[in-house]
Amino acid sequence: MKITQHATDTTLTLVLNGELDASSSVVLDTELGKPEILKNQKILIDCQQLNYISSAGLGVFISHLQTFQDADVKLVFFNMQEKVHNVFEILGLDSLMTIVPSEADAVAV
Amino acid sequence: MKHTLRISCTRHNLKVVRDFVSEFLAEQQFSDILINQIVLAVDEVVANLIIHGNKEDESQFLDLRLAVHRQEFEIEIEDTNLISYSPNSYQEPDLREYVRVGKKGGMGMMLVNRIMDRVEYTTRGAHNVCRLYKYLA
Repeated sequence: MKITQHATDTTLTLVLNGELDASSSVVLDTELGKPEILKNQKILIDCQQLNYISSAGLGVFISHLQTFQDADVKLVFFNMQEKVHNVFEILGLDSLMTIVPSEADAVAV
Repeated sequence: MKHTLRISCTRHNLKVVRDFVSEFLAEQQFSDILINQIVLAVDEVVANLIIHGNKEDESQFLDLRLAVHRQEFEIEIEDTNLISYSPNSYQEPDLREYVRVGKKGGMGMMLVNRIMDRVEYTTRGAHNVCRLYKYLA
């Protein structure tokens, strides 16, 4: 799992490249757990190159979601591959998280 | 084409297991979504056995065997550890509650049960055996 970051004054975009499983999700957990991340108004997750996600990867997002909501930080996923989106759907997480088709949609949220 | 695999109990082998299952299923020409679902279910069971059942003890091994019979995919995962996952203790979690308390784990078996048609746990001598089935027709 490779994570690339792009930051503006109010938005942090994390570009995920690779597979998020019980082995690799620790890296993402560390990034999302940094206190300074809560200074952003939005965290955008670019999923175009995210080829796989297991419950360990989903768990990382779930475990930080309430902290983000409490701090008024929006977490938005975009460019998600159909097979990855399907995993969110199986658990009903597509109704608990904000998933939009494109980066333009994510910026507009 | 090899349809059996032995791995040591380290989470770095999860990728090896996923590649093993996906290469087998790609031969059968199923959709990307179906292949991903089955690979995910296997990954979740194997991750549980490696991390919780065997505490990532690399001297322990899991044996995997794949087959398709009459439009049904079957994988058998044999574990030398007898103190493994107990399916009777499983209850489907409330994910809204997970969000509220910031819980990380506990969704793996929910995925497995929702994806696969049958999940069986048995023993073979001193070994635990988990079998997952998925109808493909």
